[in-house]
Formats: sequence, C-alpha cells, structure tokens
Amino acid sequence: MMKYLALFRIRFSNSLQYRAAAAAGMVTQFAWGFMEIFAFRAFYRANPSAFPMEFSQVASYIWIQQAFLAIFMVWFYENEIFEAISNGAIAYELVRPMDLYNRWFAQSVANRMARAILRSLPILLVACLVPPPLRISLPASGLQFALFSLSFFLSLGVVVAYTMIVYVITFFTLSPVGIRIIAAMLADFLAGAILPLPFFPDRARAVAELLPFAAMQNMPLRIYTGHISGVEALGGIGLQVFWFMVLLLLGRLMMKRALQKVVVQGG
Amino acid sequence: MIRVQSLNKTFRVAQRQAGLAEAVKALFSREYSTIQALKDVSFSIQEGEMVGYIGPNGAGKSTTIKIMCGILHPDSGTCEINGRIPWRDRKNHVATIGVVFGQRSQLWWDVPVIDSFKLLKDIYGVGEQVYRRNLDELVELLGISELLVKPTRSLSLGQRMRCELAASLLHQPRILFLDEPTIGLDAVSKIAVRQFMKKLNQERGTTVILTTHDMQDIEVLAERIILIGRGQILLDGSLSELKRRSTALKTITMEYRGDVPRLGPGMKLVDSREGRLVLELDPAMCSASEAISALAAQVEVLDLSISGVSAEEMVASLYQEYKI
Repeated sequence: MMKYLALFRIRFSNSLQYRAAAAAGMVTQFAWGFMEIFAFRAFYRANPSAFPMEFSQVASYIWIQQAFLAIFMVWFYENEIFEAISNGAIAYELVRPMDLYNRWFAQSVANRMARAILRSLPILLVACLVPPPLRISLPASGLQFALFSLSFFLSLGVVVAYTMIVYVITFFTLSPVGIRIIAAMLADFLAGAILPLPFFPDRARAVAELLPFAAMQNMPLRIYTGHISGVEALGGIGLQVFWFMVLLLLGRLMMKRALQKVVVQGG
Repeated sequence: MIRVQSLNKTFRVAQRQAGLAEAVKALFSREYSTIQALKDVSFSIQEGEMVGYIGPNGAGKSTTIKIMCGILHPDSGTCEINGRIPWRDRKNHVATIGVVFGQRSQLWWDVPVIDSFKLLKDIYGVGEQVYRRNLDELVELLGISELLVKPTRSLSLGQRMRCELAASLLHQPRILFLDEPTIGLDAVSKIAVRQFMKKLNQERGTTVILTTHDMQDIEVLAERIILIGRGQILLDGSLSELKRRSTALKTITMEYRGDVPRLGPGMKLVDSREGRLVLELDPAMCSASEAISALAAQVEVLDLSISGVSAEEMVASLYQEYKI
C-alpha cells in the first residue's frame, strides 16, 4: 500500500505544478459554464414548468460539474499511459514489484484530484458571487452534503475504472485514437455531461439511469442539487458501488489477459 | 542462478505494402506474418558471472531479456531465475533484479533525480538505512552527487545513464540486466559506465547480463559471450574462444619508398596505391616479424602498422559465417 501512496504523492505534487494549464482550463470552464446556464435560462423563461428540474438546480448542477470537471469527465485520460503502451515504455513499469492495475489507478486518481483542486476553488468562488438566479445553491442539509461527498468519490472511482478498461483495450489495438474517442463520447453523453439525465425522453432515461454511466457525474450532481435525496440517493449510491465493482473486476481480468499476450513494442 | 531452457517465442506482425490502395485493403483484411523471435534458446548463467549477450539488430536479444525480466511470456520453454519463473511470479521476481533499458528512461522527467530515487525506494520497500548506505555508495562510485537535485530533463545522456544505473541498483538486486547501456554515450561516459559495472561485478558479486553492439564493452567487460542470431544461440563461450573461431588474419598497412615489393607466402594483397600498401597476413604461415623484415629488405619503410582482428570484425565475420 505504501508504494501506491508514494506514487500518488509524487503524481499529485507533479500535477500541481501545471498552473498555466489550470488557468487556461478555468477560463474555458467559466465560458462553458456561463454559456450553458444562459442557454438553459432562455428555455426556462419560455416556460419554467415544462422542465424536470428547477432552474436553480440546473445552475448548481452546471457549476459543480465545471468546478470538478477533472474528476467527472472521462476524456481526462492519462496520455502517459497510452504512450507507455504504444511505444513500449511500459517495459519499465512491468519490472517494478507493483501491480500494474493498481499503479495506473493510483496515478489516475492522483492526477484527477490535483487538477480538480487547482481549478475548483476559483470556479466555486465565482459561482457563489454571481447574481441569484445564476448562483450556486448549497445542499439542502448536512446529510445531503454527506451523501453527495460519498457519491462524488464513488463517481471518481467509476470514471477511473472505466478509463482503465480503455487503457487495457489499447494493448490490443495499439493506436488509442478510435477507442478513446468512442469511449469518452458515449460516457459523457450518457452520464449527463451534455444534458442532465432528467431531460432525456422518458424511455431513454429509464434505460440510461441503469447504465454504468449513470454512476458517473449524474449521481453526485443530482444529489448535490437535491433532485435526488433520501432513500432514492442511497439507492443511487448502491448503483454506483455495484458498477464500480463490476468495472473494477472487468478491468483487472482484462489486464491479466492482456499481460499474458502483451507485446512490448520497440527494441 | 539463471537457467533458460528451449525458449520459443513468435510474434505475429501485420503487414501491408506501401500505398493508399493497400492501406484501404488492409481495413478489410490483413495479412499477418509470423516472426520467430526465439528458437530453442538455452543457456545457464552462474551467480556472479558477467555475460555479454550479443547479436545483430532483431536477433532476439531484447526478447530474451524481456522474458528473463518477466515482461513477456514465451510460447514454450522454461526459464528459472533464483528458483522463480519470471512471468509466473513477476512481482516477487522483479524485486530481486535490476534493469536498465538504454533506450528508455526510468527517471521521472520533470522532477529532480533524487525524487525519482525516493519513489523507487518506496516502490521496492527499501529500508531507510539500507537506502542511505546504497545511495551514498552509488553516488560516490558514479560521481553523481551534483546531479541529484537536477530534473532529469536537464541531464546529458551520459549523466542520465549514470543516474539510471544508480536507480536500478538502489534495492541491491542480485542480478542486473543491461539492455544496451552504452548506446549513444561519448567515450568518457562509456568508460565511466564500464568501470562501474566491472566494480559492481567484482565487489558486490552482482550477476550482470549485458546486451550491446559496442564490441569494446564486450572486450572490457565480458568474460563470457553468448552470440544470438535469428533467434538461435550460435556461440556460447569466452572471448578468446570466439577469437579462435574467427579467422585470425592481421592487416598490415605500410607506406614506403621504392618499387612495389614482392609478397611472400601467407601475405595477400588487399590494396596497392603509389607508395601505400595494404595486405592481409596469415600468422600461421608467416609471422609478423618475418613479414616486416621481408618487406623492409625490399623497400624503404616510411610508416607501418599491424592490426589484429578487433572483436567487432570478428563478430561481423561470424555474422557472415552464420548468414545472419
């Protein structure tokens, strides 16, 4: 365990160095956040009762999503891992007395958390200062916040476990381009990154809410806004635990198979 | 102690001809060719040996090393290192070996070297005291004390390679695998690296297995040579055995004044230009001193040099002999 913690530490401190990238990311996220909120506002002005979430809930949903983009979005892949597989640098990772799956998992979590920490605070600060209809609201209760926190970390686990499967597939395809885009598009759409799941048509929504993608950002964001609460929230967290375990086991199994067949590229 | 027995490994490689039409065709069906990287490879290496593993590019050197490091699974055959099968028991096995891949880096690019070392200490679970002692010793032997605080990206290749060697030895491995450790280094760095490896082998008794294209590495370091070509072991013996196997001709280059001299038995003309002569001498038929006096009796010698066969030429002639 110590070694994975040590790895986590060095990754975390390494990622904290990239201040310019964080600043650029923040600007994008502000722009995107405001744009989305204004778009929703236009719809809500037309007919506030036609939508499944209250406008204040939507605003909070978007702010938290933008603040913790690095936690929630599948497309924050570890390029280093793709490169290690396709150019053979993985050789050095395999001569360490470590489990490769755990190692990459620790690395991914560390990088995502470091990036999120740099970006989230300024975004949340602005989200608290903008005028009321656009402003982020606090969770309804301490309990709701606790549920959100739990769901938040579970969604990080689900997202990373999902990306691990993408990495392992790269062992077989060698070029990561196709699979990484498909995997990210699919996940981000079905996890409510573009449109929150409640806005989906009923049938599509019923299916989407059972998929592993619903265990990603969908769950913590809806718990935060209070759209899901109480027993329903506990059920949602149960779904997250389920999908986390499934993806974790699947990823490990695939990794084991891949390492038996692996061809380390290059001389 | 390493025991490798009849290892076989094949790779399947997708092939396609050049051109757009072929690229489109490859979308629907691919042709694969099978490359036999290792064919019935066997050898054993005792504790404390220093072995040069040589062969041309693509001969199977790296494949063998990767199998011995537990990274690749062979198709068939066995390999046992200190009682373990590397690929079955990878985690325990790699804790007892050190590896340097000359063409890659194991140091984290953006952080100071010492941070990489500390991380490796944690990864291998090396105790604080052992780590201190090893680090001090390695830093002194390799002369890297000023480099420790610099980020890896700012090091020259020679400096980096010395740090790589230290990194691979922090956990006191009993076996060290070096895959082309001197590739791209300048003469000074090469000598430093060689001296270090020699010391390591003699003083710590570390078993060293080294692949290289640099025949000087072999001449300085390896008491034993394993030559591999097209996936097969061609020769396993000492450098002097290798020398005996290869044609032991010497080359004489001479500058002279006078008429072109007649050549005696055992001498063969290679090149003759005005005032310059290159010939091949077979020492079995005519010794070097006989040849020189025979030549000097005929012409006025201005300059003369005799070179034995270098390891490089020997290996090249062996490659030719085996058609690899």
